[in-house]
Amino acid sequence: MSRTLLSSIAAVAVLASAHGAAAQTEIQWWHAMGGALGEAVNAMVDQFNKSQTEYKVNAVFKGSYTETLTAAVAAFRAKQGPDIVQVFEVGTATMMAAKGAVYPVYQLMADEKEPFDPKAFIGPVYGYYSTTDGKLLSMPFNSSTPVFYWNKELFKKAGLDPETPPKTWKDVGDYAAKLVASGAKCGITSEWETWILLENYGAWHNLPFATLQNGFGGLGAELKFNDQPRIKLISMLAEWTKDKRFVYGGREGKPTALMSSGDCGMELASSGTASQLFKSLKPENVGIAMMPYSPEVKAQPQNSIIGGATLWVLQGRPKAEYKGVAKFLSFVSSPAVAAKWHQDTGYVPITLAAAKLTQDSGFYKKNPGRDVAVKELTLNPPTENSKGLRLGNFVQIRDAEDEELEAVWSGKKDAKTALDDAVKRGNELLRKFEAANK
Amino acid sequence: MEKRVTFQERGLPYLLIAPQMAITLIFFFWPSGQAIWQSLLLEDAFGGNTKFVWFDNFTALFADSAYFASVRLTLVFSALVASLGLAVSLLLAVMADRVIRGASVYKAFLVWPYAVAPAVAGVLWGFLFNPSVGVVVWLLSGIGIDFNYVIDGNQALLLIVIASVWNQVSYNFLFFLAGLQSIPRSLIEAAAIDGAGPGKRFWDIIFPLLSPTGFFLLVVNIIYAFFGTFGVVSSLTQGGPAKATEILVWKVYNDGFRGQDLGSSSAQSVILMLAVILLTVVQFRFIERKVHY
Repeated sequence: MSRTLLSSIAAVAVLASAHGAAAQTEIQWWHAMGGALGEAVNAMVDQFNKSQTEYKVNAVFKGSYTETLTAAVAAFRAKQGPDIVQVFEVGTATMMAAKGAVYPVYQLMADEKEPFDPKAFIGPVYGYYSTTDGKLLSMPFNSSTPVFYWNKELFKKAGLDPETPPKTWKDVGDYAAKLVASGAKCGITSEWETWILLENYGAWHNLPFATLQNGFGGLGAELKFNDQPRIKLISMLAEWTKDKRFVYGGREGKPTALMSSGDCGMELASSGTASQLFKSLKPENVGIAMMPYSPEVKAQPQNSIIGGATLWVLQGRPKAEYKGVAKFLSFVSSPAVAAKWHQDTGYVPITLAAAKLTQDSGFYKKNPGRDVAVKELTLNPPTENSKGLRLGNFVQIRDAEDEELEAVWSGKKDAKTALDDAVKRGNELLRKFEAANK
Repeated sequence: MEKRVTFQERGLPYLLIAPQMAITLIFFFWPSGQAIWQSLLLEDAFGGNTKFVWFDNFTALFADSAYFASVRLTLVFSALVASLGLAVSLLLAVMADRVIRGASVYKAFLVWPYAVAPAVAGVLWGFLFNPSVGVVVWLLSGIGIDFNYVIDGNQALLLIVIASVWNQVSYNFLFFLAGLQSIPRSLIEAAAIDGAGPGKRFWDIIFPLLSPTGFFLLVVNIIYAFFGTFGVVSSLTQGGPAKATEILVWKVYNDGFRGQDLGSSSAQSVILMLAVILLTVVQFRFIERKVHY
């Protein structure tokens, strides 16, 4: 090789290695935010990285919530885990029970002497992820709550007032009948049935989902969602499936396709689904309101519980990285950043300051309905039935509930049998979790 | 006198097969060994709290009615996939064997589906049969059939059978075609001269001579139905609705990775491994006797 070529290669190599020798501590963050949400995450991370030079957060999209958790578990076992991992609320008990794997946020902030005010957070958001004595375990990030959406055009076609949503479940039935009569392919559908129709229906009406304060009190909790009000609700919906007043659209977020395509006139879905519906139906055509309730069960609604995910910090990383982690968590919960995340995505603002900032900027006036989620969460101070849920093997318990509900929608089981069976299967799973984590 | 390859150096043959042995050890024996070990443990997701529990995971499975339901379903599913896959591809191979003009075009088209990954095949058929926007669903509703695999378990099973068979037909087709073309024409002509009709020619001469190929494909198809169809289930139905398509290999994944129950999942995969080994041994010892070579 010629001398010039050789020396220029050497020069490039030296420059490349010199860049690598810069003293920036890298922090790995594994998350499950794809698509538009992933872009919002990257923007947030870029902002943090540009704001200082000591730490560099590397946000890696790992797939779905399940895939992200599985990857983190496997990597942790191989001692190659990330610093921060985004885990969905269903994985909370798993994370909490993991001996020696999790670095609780309150402890991290105290150890790294990072200013941290528990009272800055919105009640139910904070409560879900803290211990019974109020110590925060993971940093709230993207929390949503179910809201009621309706298609104003289909309402007009059915002779309903496009600006008036149904308030009670009886109203929903009447509206659904009118929608179907006017030619709509479906009256109402629901995303995430287990989260919305069983868990949130319970919280909304102050009914327990499980004993021991919905599992907060210990691993010995037993499920209680097969109570009369919920049997009545599911029976009613099963009756509605016969004439398409209620149409089952699949698990998790699949039913939104029915709403987006204009088949369904009404939908119960996550507040985070707003951006998707605005895209497919146009914002002026989509109405957002609080979930319907059953006044015969409770005169006025209690409050709703959150879904979504939080940021958990894992043990096993070099000590130097944790200061950067603490700083990043402070950044994420700072008012301006949290407000921007809320406005761009449809997730609720996690701090009161972020909510106030959004309110003062006139955002809610320009985008009516976007404040419904926060209103639902802060409707009343949470009771032990509406603080949240903390149950082990919750992914499998929800799968069992989904299966039993599917048996109801296809006419194979009645509501009481299905809910009783779901409770039975769920309790077996809870006992298994208890045994594995004693 | 037998023809034998002999090596001058004593160690050379071992050295030559060493790479393959290394791969088999690392990618087959090691994970299997780890699965057997994990099936004897009860642990939390992160591995911090591990208890040795002997065969508790296995006894729990045998007491679980959901497990037996999955076993029954897998047997039904693999019987359907294997039989339909072989029947359809044999028919196509017999027809393609007779075509003279454009033979290579037909063969190219018939081979393409095999290049599609099972997960993609699942998505593809999912689009065609999507309850809201699927073309086939729209056509079926025109003749009065309400197809919704999200709610109806039998329709979901039918759909994954169709997607799995479609994916595998090309592979079977190629082997059957090769098998057909290796049958000496003189045999068939002789039978025709003796007055045998096409049906008799097929069942009495061609079919028996195809039996080595058929037997091999049967084994391959059953193993495919047990394991290779994971991609289809994962992208199409995820075991639903209400466990209607929860075949054993999907249950292993679901319990282990969604449910974080690694002990039960490992136990299930150990049982699956033993079942397939047993199946293959039985087939080679008993059925191969009937195969004409």
